[in-house]
Amino acid sequence: MKAIVIAVLWGLTFAAAHAAEPGRTPLPAIAIEKPGQCVEPKELMRRDHMKLLQHQRDKTMHQGIRTKKHSLNECIACHAGQKTGTVLGKDGFCQSCHEYAAVKLDCWDCHQPKPGQKTAGAKP
Amino acid sequence: MSENKSRRGFIAASTAALAGLTLAPGIRLVEIASAKPDNEPVTSKVRWGMLIDTSRCQSGCTDCVTACGKENGLGEVKKPRTDAQWIRKIDLKELKSGHALSLPMMCQHCAHPPCVDVCPTGASFKRADGIVLVDRHICIGCRYCMMACPYKVRSFVHEPHTDQNPEVPRGQGCVEGCTLCVHRVDRGGTPACVEACAAAGHNAMLFGDLNDPESAIAKRIREVKTTQVRADLKLDLGVRYEGI
Ligand code: SF4
Ligand code: SF4
Repeated sequence: MKAIVIAVLWGLTFAAAHAAEPGRTPLPAIAIEKPGQCVEPKELMRRDHMKLLQHQRDKTMHQGIRTKKHSLNECIACHAGQKTGTVLGKDGFCQSCHEYAAVKLDCWDCHQPKPGQKTAGAKP
Repeated sequence: MSENKSRRGFIAASTAALAGLTLAPGIRLVEIASAKPDNEPVTSKVRWGMLIDTSRCQSGCTDCVTACGKENGLGEVKKPRTDAQWIRKIDLKELKSGHALSLPMMCQHCAHPPCVDVCPTGASFKRADGIVLVDRHICIGCRYCMMACPYKVRSFVHEPHTDQNPEVPRGQGCVEGCTLCVHRVDRGGTPACVEACAAAGHNAMLFGDLNDPESAIAKRIREVKTTQVRADLKLDLGVRYEGI
């Protein structure tokens, strides 16, 4: 029993040491190209952005609430790569992290990953 | 709220001043904007509807169809059997008299929609303001709603898409249909087809709030005889036709 605990502890230390070593562990590219403040604290966004998005999605879809704060289109407008113009691609803001975490992204089956809001909805 | 009301009043007054733009009694070219604030949910005080005057609709004109395709990212219809069509132009002719009609046909935004009744997931739903939509996050693509719709106005998306309008997400594997351009309506706009029809000078489509007795559409419906297609089904349609 003792041996197992020691082995596990040793394993953890080893892993931690190597994770800290640059180059050995692939990390996602999180490039914040546009300076400024996100709509929520970074820590909250990293853990819970999907909950915020889902909540907003239901309110928009069913109640027609179209506030900008947690709207996916606003995320895209801010986080699309300056050069690529999209949140996808190898170093894309959404894709790089999702690939790293091995979480499938299916937003883009329907949603447009490039910003470029049209002026639709102009007052008649 | 009171500030809001006075703003609306101002818009109404300036719109009225702007326009002796009355086309026919009761039809204004510029409909008064009644945009709700972005953070308020839609309510059943409003019932969006449309009135189509077939005597003004030109045979061969497809401006509404083109505008819909452009607005909603449907593009041109290349494969009519499978490509999504939210609005179609239909030509009718009475064989005996030869009397011919042309009209656009799209989701009628039923108050008692069969497409909602049959949907096993709850994806097909009616908003409080009467607009019938498919929530693609929930739709499993079973197509029951397409079979249940008496007007055959829904389409299944067979192929993947990448050229969506950011405001109109759509993709393979879901059913979709006319949304009355809900993304525009929520901001106080009118559907793209109505705008295109007016821009072409035909003015065959009138959009507005059926519940507001002062709206152009409500007045017109009160004044002239209008028809709901297959009224025998008693679905209480949001879209009505004049002259059929
Ligand atoms: S016309 Fe068809 S799709 Fe539209 S609400 Fe009625 S049943 Fe549903
Ligand atoms: S295709 Fe989608 S919206 Fe239509 S009945 Fe099936 S789940 Fe409901």
